This record gives sequence, C-alpha cells and structure tokens, in this order.
Amino acid sequence: MVKQGVEPDELTRPFWQAANESRLVIQNCNTCDRLQHPPEPICGQCGLRETLEWVQMSGKGKIYNYGVVHDCPVSLLQDEQPFNVAVIMLDEDPGIQMYSHLPGVAVDEVPVGGNVEIVFEVSANGQKIPEWKVVE
Amino acid sequence: MTAENAPQAMYRTKEGLGVWEHRGKVAAVGVGHSPTARRWDERPETSVGAWSILALRRAIEDAGVSPDQVDGLVIVPVTTTGAFWPDDKPLPIEAINAFNQTSDPLDGIAKLSDEWLLKNMPELTNIKYSAYGPVCMSNALNVASQAVGDGLTHTCLVLKAWHNLEGRYYQGGKNAANSTDGTSAIKNIWGAPASYGTALQFAEYCRKYGKTHDMMAPFMSNSRRNGLMFPEGYWAQHRPEELTSEDYQLARWIAKPANLFDNDIPITVAAAYLFTTAERAKDMKQKPVYIMNHASSETKPRSMTPTLDEVEADTARTGRMIYEGAGITADDLSFENMYDGFTLFHQFHLEGLGYRGIKFGEALDFYQGDITIEGPNPVSPSGGNIGSGRSRFWMHTDCIQQLQGRAGPRQVTGVKPEIAVSGGPMPLGGNYTVWSATPD
Repeated sequence: MVKQGVEPDELTRPFWQAANESRLVIQNCNTCDRLQHPPEPICGQCGLRETLEWVQMSGKGKIYNYGVVHDCPVSLLQDEQPFNVAVIMLDEDPGIQMYSHLPGVAVDEVPVGGNVEIVFEVSANGQKIPEWKVVE
Repeated sequence: MTAENAPQAMYRTKEGLGVWEHRGKVAAVGVGHSPTARRWDERPETSVGAWSILALRRAIEDAGVSPDQVDGLVIVPVTTTGAFWPDDKPLPIEAINAFNQTSDPLDGIAKLSDEWLLKNMPELTNIKYSAYGPVCMSNALNVASQAVGDGLTHTCLVLKAWHNLEGRYYQGGKNAANSTDGTSAIKNIWGAPASYGTALQFAEYCRKYGKTHDMMAPFMSNSRRNGLMFPEGYWAQHRPEELTSEDYQLARWIAKPANLFDNDIPITVAAAYLFTTAERAKDMKQKPVYIMNHASSETKPRSMTPTLDEVEADTARTGRMIYEGAGITADDLSFENMYDGFTLFHQFHLEGLGYRGIKFGEALDFYQGDITIEGPNPVSPSGGNIGSGRSRFWMHTDCIQQLQGRAGPRQVTGVKPEIAVSGGPMPLGGNYTVWSATPD
C-alpha cells in the first residue's frame, strides 16, 4: 500500500527528516516535560514556542483502537479498500497517538491492546512514513 | 463593512460563571429557510448566496418586522466542509454576474461574506453590527445571543448556509493529489474518512459497555421519521423514504463501525433566524422563544483523535456549563436536540447531558425504549441531519418551532415543550443554546 508523498513544511520538517533516517521523533516541551503530536507551533499547555524540541522515541507502542476504511477520500488508496486504520499509543506516553495501516494484519482482525514496533515505508515521492507492525 | 470572527470574550467556555447575565432577555422571533437540493445546479437563483438572501428575507417576514429595523448580522462565512470549487474548473460567470460582487469571485458561490450579502440586500439599510460566528450555526447563535444581550445590536439576523457541488464530498483537492504537505500528511495520508474519529469512539464505547452497532437502529428510524415531518428538509422534499432497521443494518460501511447512514448527506441549503430583545419581541408576530444560556467547549484532544475518556469528560463538563448558565437541571429539559451529523456521537451528547437520568453507557439501551415525539422521552425531535440532511441547524429550528407550537406534525405531544437544548457539532468542543417558552 503506497501512501501519498509528503512535502515537508517548516513545522513538520524535523519529523519527516527523522523518518527518512528511520527514526521517530515527537515534539516535546522541555518546560512542561510534555510530548505533543501532531506537531504544533507552540506548546499546547504553556503556549511557548521556544521550549519545543524534538525527542527520539523508542518506536514501541500498543494498539489502542481501530476502524476499517471502506470508503476512502484519498484517491491513491481507494484501490486498497477495505483496509485497517489503527491508532497506536506510544509506550513513552499513551496519550500520544499515531495512525497505522498495520501492515501484515488482516482486515478487521486487529488485536486491540497488542504490542507494535515501528517500521518505515516509502511513500509515493520517496519520503519515508512511520508505520507499525504487530509483535508477539 | 467587513466582519471578523467574534472575539473569544463573547463565548462562555468555563464552569463557575454562574447564571448567564442575559438569561431570558434575548429572544428568537423569526425563522426562515431556503429550499434544499442535493447539489448546486449552477443556476444563479439557486446559488448559496441566493438562498441565503431568501432565508434572511423569510426570517424577517416571519418576525413581522421591516428590514430597516434590523441592525445586526451574524453569519458563518464558510459554506462547506468538503465541497470546494476545483482550481481547474471555469468560474460560474453567469451566477457570479447575476449579483453584485466582492473582490472574491467565489463569494456567494462557494463562500459567503457579510459584504456580499449587504451588497445584494439593499433593504438592510441599518446594519450597525456585523460579526462572524465561525464553523456552524451553533456558534453564530452564541455570538448573536451575546451581542443582543450586550446591546451591540437590538434586532439581529443569524445565518448559516451550505453549498454542495458536483462530485463526492471530501474528494478532490489535496486528497486527489499524489503528494501533500507535511502538516496535512501527519493525519491524512492514512486515508481515514471524516467519520473515522467518531467510529473509533463508538467502537471503544461498545467494547467498554458491551453494546453493538445494531442498537442504533431505533434512533435512526426515529430520526428519519421526524425528518420526514420537517417540510423544510431534504428528505421530505426530495426523497420521502423511511429508514427501516433493516435498511440501516444492511447499509455499506464507510469507516466501520460507521456505515453510510451514520454519515449525514451533504446538501445545499440556508437558514436564518431573527433574534431581538425580550422587550422588543413582545411586539413581533411570533411567540418569542427566550434564550436562557449559551455555552461553548473549546476542548481539544490530547493527540490525533479524541478518546472515549476525553469525550465523556467533555460532554459531562458541557452539560454542567449548559445547566449552570441557564439555572436549570437535567430534569427541566422537555426534550433535547443535540447534534447528530455523525449519528454515533448523539448518544455521547445525551449521556453528557444526563438526559432523563441517562448515565455513561446507557444511551443505546435508552434508544430501545419510546423516544418518539409522542412519548415522554423525545430524542432528537427535529430528526437532525439524519432526518433532513447536512445543515447543523434543523435542531435549532425545531427547538424554536416546538416551543412556539409551530412544529406541525413534528410537534411533541408526550411532553409539554417548555425548555430545550440544541447544539454541537462534536462531543469535544462545540456551541450550545438553551431555549425556553418563557423568560423565567
């Protein structure tokens, strides 16, 4: 399943650059000691911009929830329907979520609560995208 | 005159504010609706601008005032969430030229400004206050209520219009491209449709409380039934089809567990209301419906999509704010008209309100009982978006009409219509209004 390509912008460039290096980084406010994702221009708690940094994650998480997409608005993915879209919670902070197609998992057979590890897939324009695979 | 978004200070977003200072002093006195259509046929007379003018004029007439008595205008400038004029499609010149224009050729076509409206409604000679209530009619109602209460305007029109174009909603634009910008990509490249977040919350709800999707069926049938008694609505006008339990349960999935009918049908439509002071309302044509409170939630999810815990916490908080500002409790509600644009979250609104004593996890069981307009526990008597199409305002019109005794065949008969609440859209965030048949 090849996802749309990504053109990194100023806000998200560190995230996508790290992905190209097969690393997962998440924004952190070093004053609040609080991770946030999706990236924002300011800390969602203290409102400061200069306290934000990018912190590398372990790439481990758990499956929090999932849905099965049967009617997808993204043209590039429509031939792949139906497919899983799961929500992953990071081990470092279960409040931080990421989306995943869970490569290798059958449609609608998602093990909610299962452990996952990060992998990186190549998108339509060569940008690497973080994905997640179920681990035993 | 060019409006701006209403300032944050106009919204009541916190607990502990006490009773709203203008409780019972602002009233809804006029309602106006345009026709509906599935998609715009590109004729000037059916454009979103044309239908907005029609709705506004009907609201003025309904209230029995002259246009020069209107001194305020609150509108929602965005007229879609998913239908955008394609960059490579020629502009609809005939429709654009049929009206006085602003500098934006799509004004009145795929968006709406107060400037465009005032250029094309010469009868509104006395507008002194103009503001935007972004996103939804629910937001605009809060702004208008506060503005009238604060004395910024004494007779204020409130408008929300929607356009819909050829093609499928949310498709096209960024979603049709082979690549997208980095910020959008964080969420969008996984291809989840709009109802995905709600579907996730519902899935978690079912796991947590041991419920199933088919328990939604009575709510769906009831809502469509009510919608078919809403002559201003899309289904009544164009496709008077009941929605049976079988229809609902056999419908194709969109983002399982959300199916086709759990997603509202996009349409073209406009609605307007006229708000005024309680004092002025006494001399107007219709029975006033008093605004007892407005409340807003600005809660954002911690991460990509709200969890069920976040939804339950915020709907409960919203319920407390609604009741505190109106000086009422859940027991005072005659009925509720909370939003249902994705059907699977209406129950979260009900549970947050504690409607009829419902606790978290109990709403789907509640749907299995009598939720009709003839019974003691009416749920969504407007029929909402399920019943009449995607507008986010049937709920407000219905509250006004029910409390005025003007809801026709949809009039609740199992309860005396005295106090009601409407609003949305999402369980996290949103704007809400408490309506009353009397000012105290």
